[in-house]
Amino acid sequence: MALIRKSKKFIWHRKHLLGLRDLSAEEINYIFETAKGFEQISTRSVKKAPTLRGRVIVNLFFEDSTRTRTSFILAASRLSADVLDFTKKSSSVSKGETLLDTAKNIEAMGVDIVVIRHGAGGAAKFLSRNIDACVVNAGDGFCEHPTQGLLDCYTIQKIRGSLEGLKIAIVGDIAHSRVARSNMWAMTKLGAEVIFVGPATLMPAGVNRMPVKVSYSLDEVIEKVDVVNMLRIQFERMGGNPFPSVREYSHYFGLTVERMKKAKQDILVMHPGPLNRGLEIESEVADGANSVILDQVKNGLAIRMAVLFLVNQASAYRDKKTKT
Amino acid sequence: MKVILDSEKIDSILSDLTDCIMSDFSGRSDVAFIGIRSRGEIIAQRLSRLLSQKCGKEVPCGTLDITLYRDDFNLPQGDSQPQVRTTEIGFDIDEKIIILVDDVLYTGRSARAALDALIDLGRPRAIKLAVLVERAGRELPIQADYAGFKTDVAPGTLVQVNLVESDGEDQVVVEKT
Repeated sequence: MALIRKSKKFIWHRKHLLGLRDLSAEEINYIFETAKGFEQISTRSVKKAPTLRGRVIVNLFFEDSTRTRTSFILAASRLSADVLDFTKKSSSVSKGETLLDTAKNIEAMGVDIVVIRHGAGGAAKFLSRNIDACVVNAGDGFCEHPTQGLLDCYTIQKIRGSLEGLKIAIVGDIAHSRVARSNMWAMTKLGAEVIFVGPATLMPAGVNRMPVKVSYSLDEVIEKVDVVNMLRIQFERMGGNPFPSVREYSHYFGLTVERMKKAKQDILVMHPGPLNRGLEIESEVADGANSVILDQVKNGLAIRMAVLFLVNQASAYRDKKTKT
Repeated sequence: MKVILDSEKIDSILSDLTDCIMSDFSGRSDVAFIGIRSRGEIIAQRLSRLLSQKCGKEVPCGTLDITLYRDDFNLPQGDSQPQVRTTEIGFDIDEKIIILVDDVLYTGRSARAALDALIDLGRPRAIKLAVLVERAGRELPIQADYAGFKTDVAPGTLVQVNLVESDGEDQVVVEKT
């Protein structure tokens, strides 16, 4: 009998998504496959599926966020989960409660998935070791922002078919960027070549040990790359003066109409948001034909639905394994 | 392992099913097939091709993924972990007569999930259920409108439908699990 059936079924085992550094290319592609199935929910008449009905998801955001937080809320509600939204300003953290106490208390209310953003690197991992709920990292310090890395790669893959062999420049404030790191891990695993571009003062320590090339000149890089991902200058995280003036930064590292003339015609322009228009990117470029910035936001929703779905599935799978 | 239907029988069953569907809806242009992934999808495509030939006009056909509507998600699962795939229905299902197609009707739980999934996509005029094999063991009040072959194999046996497109040959076998 001829057998065309798939050899072995892939099983998703992770009940936490803490970073992309630990994921294999196979796992990343599995998330993409899953996300594809979630995209259509947003386009049909009933924009909701009953999959996570009865599950409770808490958004634990110790740092400000619009896009990521609302995207997680929407992703959870499209899967019919109940969502608790927690921000630092309106909580007992401002009264001095520790991260673990806050999380334990929330967990005691019967939460299934915790989505956490925190200023300290490793916060999500710390939480995952101390509570039973699934933990999804929505950004920890300068370490990782896995769902952003996933949605960036997913956006590129959808347009280009694959990341294999693509040259991708990540430009700007690399040192303070968890987006740059998550991008780097995922993109290199999927076969792309990553170039970090920015002033030496905004390169992270130990960059020479990372699987990337480094360039200090956007002009040299722009003509060679297939994708350019412009990072936001994170004034709130900067101490000292990493560059002499905003105008000078923008002159050397801003993505301007002038600079775009040197780029490949089909270059993809990305930005994780929020934009500093006129600083790292000119408005005409951000809103131009090569920009996929709004696709990123749209794809982020499907990616987050997939991630919430998968961690929940892994936790059900694990329950079974440990109970029997 | 016992073969209960061979390729020839499957062909004649599909042809008979098409005839039944055609006689029930003769003259109507709003009939469409939707197959449940993955074997139901293939059978739906074959039925749609047959019906298109017999009535001389294109009968639309789509694919439905019911993973998100399963009722065993938050239950501890066995060795299986269903993968979410895409639903591909290239037409509006509102006011259509939808022939929902699956390979085997057994507990009725897939059909229930498919009904919920369809209703979230729109409001068909009617939904009919067509299956290649109907076996005893319903756990929900659901029955097929068009059943190709009926069997009452014992619980604990697997009725496996193999099709050329996915498995290399057309065959329905019964296996002890």
